[in-house]
Amino acid sequence: METTDKIAITPRRKFLTLMAQGSGLMALGGMVWTGYLEEAKSAPLILRPPAAVAEVDFMRLCIKCGQCVEACPYDTLHLAKPGDTKPLGTPFFIPREVPCYMCTDIPCVPVCPSGALDAKSVSKITEGVKEFDITKARMGLAVVDVESCIAFWGIQCDACYRACPIMDSAIKLEYRRNERTGKHAYLTPIVNSLTCTGCGLCERACVTEKAAIHVLPLDIAKGSIGSHYIKGWEQGDEKRLEKASGDVTTHTKRSEKSATDYLNANEEMFK
Amino acid sequence: MREWIRSHRFMMARRLTQLGILGLFVAANTYGFRLLSGNLSSSLVLNTLPLADPFALLQMLTAGALLGLDVLLGGALILLFYMVVGGRAFCSWVCPLNMVTDAANWTRRVLLLDKTIEKKLWLSRSVRYWVLALTLIVSFITGVSAFEMVSPIGILSRGIIFGMGMSMAPILCIYLFDLFAVKNGWCGHICPLGGFYSMVGQLSLIRVKHDHTKCTLCMKCKEICPEKQVLGIISKQSGAIVSGECTNCGRCVEVCESDALSFGVRNYINTNVGEKR
Repeated sequence: METTDKIAITPRRKFLTLMAQGSGLMALGGMVWTGYLEEAKSAPLILRPPAAVAEVDFMRLCIKCGQCVEACPYDTLHLAKPGDTKPLGTPFFIPREVPCYMCTDIPCVPVCPSGALDAKSVSKITEGVKEFDITKARMGLAVVDVESCIAFWGIQCDACYRACPIMDSAIKLEYRRNERTGKHAYLTPIVNSLTCTGCGLCERACVTEKAAIHVLPLDIAKGSIGSHYIKGWEQGDEKRLEKASGDVTTHTKRSEKSATDYLNANEEMFK
Repeated sequence: MREWIRSHRFMMARRLTQLGILGLFVAANTYGFRLLSGNLSSSLVLNTLPLADPFALLQMLTAGALLGLDVLLGGALILLFYMVVGGRAFCSWVCPLNMVTDAANWTRRVLLLDKTIEKKLWLSRSVRYWVLALTLIVSFITGVSAFEMVSPIGILSRGIIFGMGMSMAPILCIYLFDLFAVKNGWCGHICPLGGFYSMVGQLSLIRVKHDHTKCTLCMKCKEICPEKQVLGIISKQSGAIVSGECTNCGRCVEVCESDALSFGVRNYINTNVGEKR
């Protein structure tokens, strides 16, 4: 303790300590805050309004003004409140409560002031005139739980099929013989990810206690094949490879030594 | 009664603008009366003129967003208004949270808390500028508007306009913090939006002015002021309260019984009155 008594508390020391305290507290607050935000912004199970840009950009661009919520004539959209466990202030909808009714004039999109809802992604040009096309919206993807869907039991139910605004395309019924009874057919709903908009009318219509068909965000519902597999029987599918970027080769400790390519090594011989 | 009205005239006017703006937002959302639609983050006047929160836009830009012209124009309009005219008037005339923190202050006065509770927690008034800097750093790191994601101002205004949910919990936190922890804790010490408007409004025209020859040194103004560090010139010299931290709430003007304080326009031309700075 003797040594500390000898150190003079100079203005320089005071200044440096003050700066250290400031930046230390900033670092403390910053890390807590960043930690919270990283958790909060990546709540993955959230369905956005039509024409929403990719979730990362949406979190960046949404100014939380609620103009889309106001514009929605069906009160489908809500702004996340404390207690909703979603990123605060951002718009979302719960299809089992109120689905998106896919208005042809899409009133929620053009009112967005900050570009979080991108009108271009739901527009098409017909005969030189730009007009909205809600079928281009991709809010999510309907997924069927075949265990709890009564159509897969053999009971006739086409509630989701009939509720679908893009009937016979986004949801098709597949006919299959019911071997158990020997004289009936299964009419099972099959969702087409190319045309499903994720509006959730099917989820709303589903007759089971908890919907057997439900809309999931695209990121969660869909897989990704990667560029290892190509449909050799489909012309032009290999063009996908041209777009592939980065290293697609598998690297293991063994593959560091180049393997002997015994099948193709003597290609010269066969010319 | 007359005396009460006189000594609360600006407060009533402030409640009128605060509730009026919220009322217009509510009317647009629930009844389709679209004079002013949206909320305090971004809105539309008569379906045409955009307005936006410049601090929210600043956070979005640091988070890496490319913003549309409309919303930038709206932000510029608001920024220009407070820069040239209002100073930090947003805090006391528009922000709905002001009603909550004023209520905490009122409770403090009624319960004589300043005299009965020993001060245990001390915060510097400049914490808000540190939080402001931190807001931008964290926005940059996380790619989301850091303050907008947690802002109790946003929570309260969205709650009133679009439905409360559990919004009362964070608001109650602010109330209790201001009541029992630090006097004027949120608005006067922490809120980065207040810090932002303090910096933006430093040069604005509308100011509280002081005539020191009329001052009786009763110090009622300093007692009531939520940012009393700005009242340094009281009883010492005449002129305008030039600090950007003054919210133009007018509490000091209305409690002054000797007319030593009044609202006025800052004098930039006559350099002798010490208002130019």
